[in-house]
Amino acid sequence: MPFWLEIIINIVFAWLASVGFGLIINVPHRALFLCGISGSAGWILYWLANRIGVGRLGSNLLGALCVGILGLVFARIKKCPVTVFNIPGVVPLVPGVPAYQAVRAMVEGQLSDAEDLILRVAIVTIAIAMGFMLAQLIGEIFFKKRQNRKNKKNLV
Amino acid sequence: MDKERVSQDYVAEVLDTCLKAGRLMIEGGSETYRVEDTMMRIARNAGIAGARCFTTPTGIFMSLGEHSYTQVTQVKKRNINLELVDRVNELSREFAAKEITLKELQERLKQVSISIPDFPIWLQIIGAAILSPTLMVLFMDDYDWIDFPAAAVIGGVSYALYLAIKRYTNIRFLAEMVTAIFMGIITILTCKIFPKLVVDNILIGSLMTLVPGVAITNALRDLFGGDLLSGMARTTEAILTAIALGGGIGIAIKLLWGVM
Repeated sequence: MPFWLEIIINIVFAWLASVGFGLIINVPHRALFLCGISGSAGWILYWLANRIGVGRLGSNLLGALCVGILGLVFARIKKCPVTVFNIPGVVPLVPGVPAYQAVRAMVEGQLSDAEDLILRVAIVTIAIAMGFMLAQLIGEIFFKKRQNRKNKKNLV
Repeated sequence: MDKERVSQDYVAEVLDTCLKAGRLMIEGGSETYRVEDTMMRIARNAGIAGARCFTTPTGIFMSLGEHSYTQVTQVKKRNINLELVDRVNELSREFAAKEITLKELQERLKQVSISIPDFPIWLQIIGAAILSPTLMVLFMDDYDWIDFPAAAVIGGVSYALYLAIKRYTNIRFLAEMVTAIFMGIITILTCKIFPKLVVDNILIGSLMTLVPGVAITNALRDLFGGDLLSGMARTTEAILTAIALGGGIGIAIKLLWGVM
């Protein structure tokens, strides 16, 4: 399969997956399209980073950081809470495969394999959370200046 | 004297409204800091200084500083409904901009809590049917189009079953476990009928509809934000859900692998 086709498939499918999850958890109608955008942006960044060999923790962190920053921007555009964009956006990054494999290994009685896989799930989850925290930090630094200016205007 | 009584009624009303807004937000699956922020904001905009609140995923305490009023509210059911969070947020913003009065805010909150805005069920099932095959392709990275329709059908059907079970039972985690057992059995049977399909791929895809990704994200968000109690409670909830799912799948695989 050619590389560009793979990229297109990844983008489109990540969009569909995020919107599908958005339908399940009842995202507001006006935010549905942008949820998909943040999902596919986060996933494609993760996928490309994984391809060049950034590693599991780094690429998940990048993906979550992208989702978080886009969430902050979209929240300002649509006047929704940030969560509305972050939760569907992070769905493609959730470590579903290692979690499933861990259960599978446990059923088959290979406990040490299962331990490895569970540790991998934990690492990915922590990477995602760190990505979100970094996004919030960046958002606070970036938006604080504007907020300060606004507050001063209100006081005067 | 009369004036004081009116003001006391007013304070009680404000407290009631704040608690109701907070409860709705927790029911919708909002993070703790946002719930507290919204409640404090409503109190401040109603002209009451020095409000304090303490929020956990199972209950909210709030007291209004100078006035000797404190109330507790319980949160019995928690599911994820971001539209609810968005509505309450919107109402609080309108109240802050003085577009609606406290009475109207109360009225609107009651309306929202009675008729929770929701996508129709068939659309949610279609959402599950879209989510499962696309995520399967993304995760497995080998573009197997044979499993695609199977994952869509199994994802959709088992999500419908999940919704149906959830309507009839109050026991938490039971719906997840039964759905996972059903999902495992139906997948293995389908793969017996069509031997070209891969069990693992289909199961990974369709399980993603139930995986507690939201709960974990929110839990870590709370923990890092300093709300340790709610963070731990939510982590426990997520882990229990994961155990229910894993146990269900494990039971199904053990049962059928032995028989066949």
